Amino acid sequence: MTDTRTSGLSNVETTVLGADEIILNMGPQHPSTHGVLRVKLKLDGERVVDSECIIGYLHRGVEKIAEHRSYQQFAPYVDRMDYVAAVSNGLGYCEAVEKLLGAEAPPRARVVRTILTELQRIASHLLWLGTHALDIGALTPVFYCFREREEILKIFEKYCGARLTTHAFRIGGLQYETYDGFESDVKRFCEDFTHRIDEYETLLTENRIWVGRTKGVGILSAADAIALGVTGPVLRASGVKWDLRKAMPYAAYADYQFDIPTRPTGDTYDRYIVRMEEMRQSQRICLQAIENIPAGAIMAKVGKVLKPPPGEVYHSIEAPKGELGYYIVSDGTTQAYRVRVRPPSFINLQAFDRMARGSLVADVVAIIGTIDIVLGEVDR
Amino acid sequence: MAPVPLDNEFVERLKVKFGNAIREATLDRKQAIVNVEAMRLREISRYCRDEEKFDMLVDLTAVDWPNREKRFDVIVILYSFQKNERVRLKTHLGDGELVPSLCEVWPAANWLERECFDMFGIVFEGHPNLKRILLPEEWEGHPLRKDYDILKQDTAWVRENLGIESGQ
Repeated sequence: MTDTRTSGLSNVETTVLGADEIILNMGPQHPSTHGVLRVKLKLDGERVVDSECIIGYLHRGVEKIAEHRSYQQFAPYVDRMDYVAAVSNGLGYCEAVEKLLGAEAPPRARVVRTILTELQRIASHLLWLGTHALDIGALTPVFYCFREREEILKIFEKYCGARLTTHAFRIGGLQYETYDGFESDVKRFCEDFTHRIDEYETLLTENRIWVGRTKGVGILSAADAIALGVTGPVLRASGVKWDLRKAMPYAAYADYQFDIPTRPTGDTYDRYIVRMEEMRQSQRICLQAIENIPAGAIMAKVGKVLKPPPGEVYHSIEAPKGELGYYIVSDGTTQAYRVRVRPPSFINLQAFDRMARGSLVADVVAIIGTIDIVLGEVDR
Repeated sequence: MAPVPLDNEFVERLKVKFGNAIREATLDRKQAIVNVEAMRLREISRYCRDEEKFDMLVDLTAVDWPNREKRFDVIVILYSFQKNERVRLKTHLGDGELVPSLCEVWPAANWLERECFDMFGIVFEGHPNLKRILLPEEWEGHPLRKDYDILKQDTAWVRENLGIESGQ
């Protein structure tokens, strides 16, 4: 094979070092890299001149496994990609296979799915907020965030028995009916959460240290974000008003009122504001959905042995981190011929280099945090 | 639910512009797929981005069909904010054949093409930094090829780097 490595865009090894330049390795074992991410930085003093992300430490071959399992057997595996938002992963996969089969989940299942997925979005954003603030040096928010996240995980546990890797949904609908008191649990949490989120904001939004550490840090313009394929809160903080829940509604999102928060500058502070507002919108969706969960079946008639007709489908959802897509090719047998996952974290992480160049080493920590990556999903 | 031929204005414009390089256009489960010639993929992509406003590269991946004469499908999924539409460009590629890299059209293609190279061994011509991304650089073989068994691994690499006989 011809060697094409010499003209690397971000290939630190092949670039020549200047007199005052050094190479600094961060990770893979580093508390601020949120798992096993290794970042190679080329520094001029405290400034980042070039960077390269080295990933793959958590690669488990999820896409290969998918080719050797039946459609239902593979469903629990998707929970282990973005393991802090397992419910969203499951929703994307189940809906993709349903589309491949030409089936549709019943209305009741779709509303319950919407509620659980929005709760998961809040839980995922809370984990992000807590750890991101911790990285930057604010110790308090993480305790508050985990307190509320715990309430959500309790709802998951009561619903399906698992807290993190939930496998909450099935292809065709739901396995479990909602438990007695599900509505009141969700309602209590959502009503309570309004004040909680105000509480976090009093800690951070106008905090001088927080503003100083995040404003103007890791700026990503809208044009860059689109060219790099960035989606989710990162794209919206760059001023692009785009959310798959509105653009191509799935589950029951078309029935509810909610706004898409955006911010103009695309810095770390804007991404913080966007995610805070998104939590409020998720809570708004949950409160609307809980008022009127339609009665009826929770499972469509899809049969026990799934053999989708030959063909292919791409389906994506707005996961907490961005567009989570599944491209599935069927050859008419019980096992998928090919499953490709479009992981939002992987593609968003590619924008890291663009955001980090020219910033200080201390800001690198803030930038990794603000992209909101989960290495299980980056590496699959 | 079999794929049906697709014949809309977009496909017409593509055919006028690129002639035989547009092989086939189909609709599978209401999703548009345009089969194009591998060598002109970059040109067609650039046209889709600039003239047809498919401004975002959503995903780039491959599928292996070892029994076919040209074994790989390279799949490029595009999205247009303006039209709120997706389209899939698909191209057939034989083992060892080159396909033009899309890095200069969308920088997002960089890591996606590296992953394709890593998993399938597809070489993207003009890629600035084509090396493995998820597997170790010295790893032998491309795991998502159909002839790579699920239990297979680079035993020599595992022995040398992990100091164990098998990773399983």
